[in-house]
Amino acid sequence: MNTLGTIYFYGLALLALGGAAGVVVSKNPIRGAMGLLLLILSIAGLFLALHAQFLAAIQLIVYAGAIVVLFLFVIMLLGPSAATPSDRRGIVVRIFGGALFALASIAALWRVVAVAMEAHRELPMPQPDASFGGIDAFGSALFADALVPFELSSGLLIVAVVGALAVARGRQGQASMSRSELDVARSPFPKEAVRELPELTSGVFSHEIHLPEPEETRVEAPLRGAASTTPLKESAS
Amino acid sequence: MIPVEHYVILSALLFVTGGIGFLVRRNVLVTLMSIEVMLNAANLALVAFNRSRLAHDAAQTYSGQSHTGQVFAFFVIAAEAAEVAVGLAIVLAFYRLRRTVRSDEADLLKN
Repeated sequence: MNTLGTIYFYGLALLALGGAAGVVVSKNPIRGAMGLLLLILSIAGLFLALHAQFLAAIQLIVYAGAIVVLFLFVIMLLGPSAATPSDRRGIVVRIFGGALFALASIAALWRVVAVAMEAHRELPMPQPDASFGGIDAFGSALFADALVPFELSSGLLIVAVVGALAVARGRQGQASMSRSELDVARSPFPKEAVRELPELTSGVFSHEIHLPEPEETRVEAPLRGAASTTPLKESAS
Repeated sequence: MIPVEHYVILSALLFVTGGIGFLVRRNVLVTLMSIEVMLNAANLALVAFNRSRLAHDAAQTYSGQSHTGQVFAFFVIAAEAAEVAVGLAIVLAFYRLRRTVRSDEADLLKN
């Protein structure tokens, strides 16, 4: 059991690190999203090992089910321009900033680990109850201790949804263009090349209803003398 | 049983990886995904510390065990969902404006 738990932890840790490296390294954002998915699944597995079953389920539903899918929607909406071409401008500054951040973080981590190892704090973790991390225990803690933040987070989500709609919808002016103007604006040809179509006066494409005119006005004068029923036959034919 | 230090080291490594991605990459989508990686690392540390400190304030909580770290991670997840929704909306608006998703093209407030 102990070795199995160790193998489980290190396997998931390697998968999580690989996923994070995939997010950072990949040129194609689709592969970055797949790396993020791998990281999220690994961390859900680690949550299970930490007796946080409800959080593991939330992680799968919210992250893998909503956030990664939202990323994929946006990447596919942007199409090929979601992958930016690599450029060398400012590469030195960026690498320097990244290296500085990494060195500072690793130094801080080294201090923490050194202090922990020096104090021999590798105590065995206390064994929790069977209900620890489940829905009832977690929900009781959530609604007893953190009720006000919970309600505030619902307000946060509503504000975020309204803000996302307002930002992503764009300008009002584009939406108020008429249909034909929108067609001209969206056509891949230059605007002069879009030929004005003749206005159709009949058929399913006509914009107005054209009733046939009374036939008596079209009838020529000599025909009227031939027979009185001729206009009706002509209109029938 | 895996001691809590190993979880913390893993969390720190994930955080450093996400931070490097946030600083180095210029694609706005990759930058947002790096923020996701960093917040996931923070969540892992929160849950691991909660697991190692079960009975910190066990007086009024259910079944005598504290869920503070897990509740905190829950709120981090909620805040992150909101952040991703707004961030991707901003990315779409930025793409509509500039036809690119490179973060150094976002210089409308410059000068």
